[in-house]
Parts: sequence; structure tokens; C-alpha cells
Amino acid sequence: MEYIFSLEFIYLIASITYIIGLKKLGHPETARSGNLIAAAGMTIAILGTIFLYQGEVPTFIYTLIGVAILIGTIIGWMVAKKVAMTKMPELVSMFNGMGGASAALIGLIEFGHYTGNSLSIMTILGGVIIGSVSFSGSMIAWAKLNGTLSKPLRLPKYNLLNNLFLLALFAFSAYIVWSGSSSQLLLYVLFFGALTYGILFVLPIGGADMPVVISLLNSFTGLAAALGGFLYGNMVMLTGGILVGSAGTILTFAMCHAMNRPLSNVIFGGFGDKGYDGSGSSSGIQGDIKKTTVSDVAILMNYSQKVIIVPGYGLAVAQAQHAIHELEQLLEKRGIDVKYAIHPVAGRMPGHMNVLLAETNVEYDKLAEMEDVNPEFQNTDVVFVVGANDVVNPAAHNDPKSPIYGMPILDVENAKQIIVNKRSMKPGYAGIENELFFNQKTSMLFGDAKGVIQSLITELKGMS
Amino acid sequence: MSELIDFISNNLEMIYIVILMIFVGVEVISHVPAVLHTPLMSGANAIHGVVIIGAILVMLNADPNNILALSLGFVAVLLGTLNVVGGFVVTDRMLEMFKKKK
Repeated sequence: MEYIFSLEFIYLIASITYIIGLKKLGHPETARSGNLIAAAGMTIAILGTIFLYQGEVPTFIYTLIGVAILIGTIIGWMVAKKVAMTKMPELVSMFNGMGGASAALIGLIEFGHYTGNSLSIMTILGGVIIGSVSFSGSMIAWAKLNGTLSKPLRLPKYNLLNNLFLLALFAFSAYIVWSGSSSQLLLYVLFFGALTYGILFVLPIGGADMPVVISLLNSFTGLAAALGGFLYGNMVMLTGGILVGSAGTILTFAMCHAMNRPLSNVIFGGFGDKGYDGSGSSSGIQGDIKKTTVSDVAILMNYSQKVIIVPGYGLAVAQAQHAIHELEQLLEKRGIDVKYAIHPVAGRMPGHMNVLLAETNVEYDKLAEMEDVNPEFQNTDVVFVVGANDVVNPAAHNDPKSPIYGMPILDVENAKQIIVNKRSMKPGYAGIENELFFNQKTSMLFGDAKGVIQSLITELKGMS
Repeated sequence: MSELIDFISNNLEMIYIVILMIFVGVEVISHVPAVLHTPLMSGANAIHGVVIIGAILVMLNADPNNILALSLGFVAVLLGTLNVVGGFVVTDRMLEMFKKKK
């Protein structure tokens, strides 16, 4: 009977909730309950650790722990509840960094307690390195998604430099282990070295690849947590950490797969680095673009039977998701068939667009995935591309020299009419020209997405 | 070398867990629709907040007179909590939106 209330038993239950939680997160219907199950498991594991601890602990330490948890809960809760849906990816990156920092700090404190035990010191140093890289890398990723750091920064020979830096970190930690040193100075040098590496690691990677980077750093933090579990012989840290480490790695590969690029290319490739300047294609991309006006587009839509909307990050930036939903409902009311075509990597993270549109109450079955919607374009009267660019760039099919060649795209060029809403002719995130804009069937509707869609709605209402 | 063999025999249980968990992690994530990648990453992100347990243990084991350890531990618990609470709440907010109607 006693065993039931023991900490080990609680950890066992918690570990199982993580597995079940992750499994359920993989299906749309059960995802939410999966998250809650894992959260419940986490709660009992934390409470158990505090209240079932065997040993004398002064009350003020309990108070400190309580205060830290209380502050963390309040801030975490508020931030998570308040932040705009468009800012989700940044937030995930931020929280990931917090976990990494926590793992690194644990290592910093425990280092002095295990002097002489080389395996434990190895585990601790591993936790410090991985946790620090995860922290500083996540902060850079956060700044990039936030727009604070928009351009990839590359030192000359950055790949070589970074790899040498990493090797130096390993060599340095090997030295600390081998020498059996208990020097705090060496430890902090390693700590700051790892922080610097995290920055150097993420800086050269382009903003469009940040989701992959965050997913990778996410699995790093999992690994750091698992190392902590190894150090303490703590099963729940071990299972939770390894589970996230391995699941995160698979997820990283799945994301790369959706963009049709190998992981090595994301990390070392430096998008568009091969001297491709976008104008090198032979297909005569320079042509005339056709501009159109809001009232023309309104008329066109009013007399169509089928309209497909292709939303991109531009829609999210302009906060136009509510406006587009209103437009969709207005068109539906007139008997026009309206759908959204969602590219797997539209937005800044896979599934980002679905979340944004779902927030505005767009019906789930109106969101069509790429494979399902691609054959439908040929029967479509009007495709309305809002703030999307690279995911509709035919160069992915036609131009083997293009950096996005081979990426699956939405075949909007098969539709009868294509309306593209953009703020300007600036290239998209990948920094390459889009020949779609020069297509005979394409008309450009320049302007801020929200403003344009609202005036479209006004025009349409006046038409009935 | 003998140290390594000792290590393996002393920690056999943990090594089993590590290996099995790697496979469970892969198995659980495979064949997930792209739509769910973001919430899934966010959920996994919350789970590695389990590192907070380590931070709590650091505090519980700490020498009450070691101010540096206590303050670093305090920050570690605080950051770990942010990771856990923020992670789960954000994931829930994302998923809330999938559930509406049918």
C-alpha cells in the first residue's frame, strides 16, 4: 500500500501521461485532452517532488521554491493567455529558451558537488552546454521571428568557424573532466562559450527556417533535461527528456520534409547561398505585371462560382484573418463556393495558418490541405492569394536552379484567374522572384491585406 | 574502461529506459498531419519543462548558507515554471481553436 503514495510511483504515472499526452496530441480530435493529461502528470510530479522529499529542509527554502513557482506560474499564464495568435511561434521559442536556461543553471550549481566523479561531471557539463546553446539559440530565434533581427548575419567562413568553435567547446569540457578540476572559473568559461556558440549557430540561419531551428532546439532542451535525470537518477526527468528529445528530432525531420530540404541544408546551407540571385533563370522572368483595382476584383468574385483563398504570413502580419473570414461568409451567402488552401509551411510554422484562421471561427472543413486542393484549382474561377509568395512560386516546379526547386507548392496557376494581394513587388521570405506575378492570368492588387479585403467587402455589399 | 563497464552495469535500468523511450518518442510522433506540427512542438516544449524537477531538487539539497546556489536555484525554478506553465497554456490555446464545431 505504501508504494502507491511513493514518489517513484508518482513519477511512473507522470511518465505514462507524457507518452499518452504526446500520442493524443497527434490527432486533431484528441489533441486538447492530450495536452491536459500531460499537464496533469507534470503537476503531480512537481507536487510530489516537493512534498514527498525525504530529508530536513529549512522552511525558508520551501518558501523560496513556492515563491519561484508562484511568480513563474503567474507570468507564464498571463503571457501565454495574452499574446496574439500571430506571435505564437516566438512564444514557443521563448519558453523553450527558459527550459534550456533552467537546465544550464542546474549544472552550474551541481558542478561543485560532484568533483572527482568523472561520469557525473560529464553529465553536468553536457547539461550546461546543451542547455546554454538551447537558451541563447532560442533567444536569437525569438528575435528573428519578432523582426528585431531580420537579416541572417554571416561571418566569413561561418560554417568552418562554428564547427571549430564547437570542437573547442568539446575539447575544453574534455579537459575539465580529465583534469578532475573543480575550478568554477573553467566552468563559467565553458558556460559563456556555450552561450556564444548558441548565438553563432542560429545567427546565419534565415528567418524562414526558424521553425525547424526551434524544433531542433526543443529536442536539445529535452536532452538537457534527460541529462539532469541521469545525474539524479530521476526517472521522470529521464523519460520526459528523452521522449521530447526523440520526438523533437523526428518532428524536425518531418518539418524539413514538408519543405523538401535536408536538415543539413537548413543549418549549413544558408538559404540562397549558392550565388543564386533570382534573376538567373532563363524563363524571362522580367515581364509586365498587370495591376487591378478593388472594384474589378469585387465584380470578378461576385460572378464566380468557386473561389479559393491562399493565405500566407502577410495575412497574419496585417491582422486580416477576421476580414478574410467576413469576405468568405459574404461570398458563401451569395452561393459562391469558397475554400482556403493551406500550404503545410504557410505562415511561420507548420499549421500556423490553421490556428490563425480557426481563431476567427472559420469552419474546419473549409481549410483544405495542399494534396486535397491541388486538383481543384483547374475548376476554380478565382484564386485569391493574400500575403503568400514562396508557397505559390512555380519556380519550385520549373527552375532547377531555384533554391526552392522541388518544394511542393499550391498549383494556383491552373486556376482561371489569379488575384495576388501584396504590399509591394518585394520578393518573399526566400528572397527570390516569383514568375507567377508575371503570368497572363495574374492580376496584382497592391495594398495592405486588411485594408484591401475590407474595401472588397464594402464593394461587394454595395453590389448585391 | 572498467569504469565504463561499471557504469553500464550500475545504470542498466536507466539505459533500458533511454533506449525504449527513444523508440516510443519516434513511434508516437510518426504520421502526424502537418497541421498539428506547431501544437505538437509546443506540447513537447512544455513536457521538457520537467527540468523544473531538477531545479527543485537543487533547491531542496542546497546548503542553506550558500546564497549563490540558492539564488541560481531560485532562478532555475522560476524559468522552469515559465516553461511548464507557459508551454501547456499556449498549447491549450492553440488547440482550443481546432475543437470548435464538430
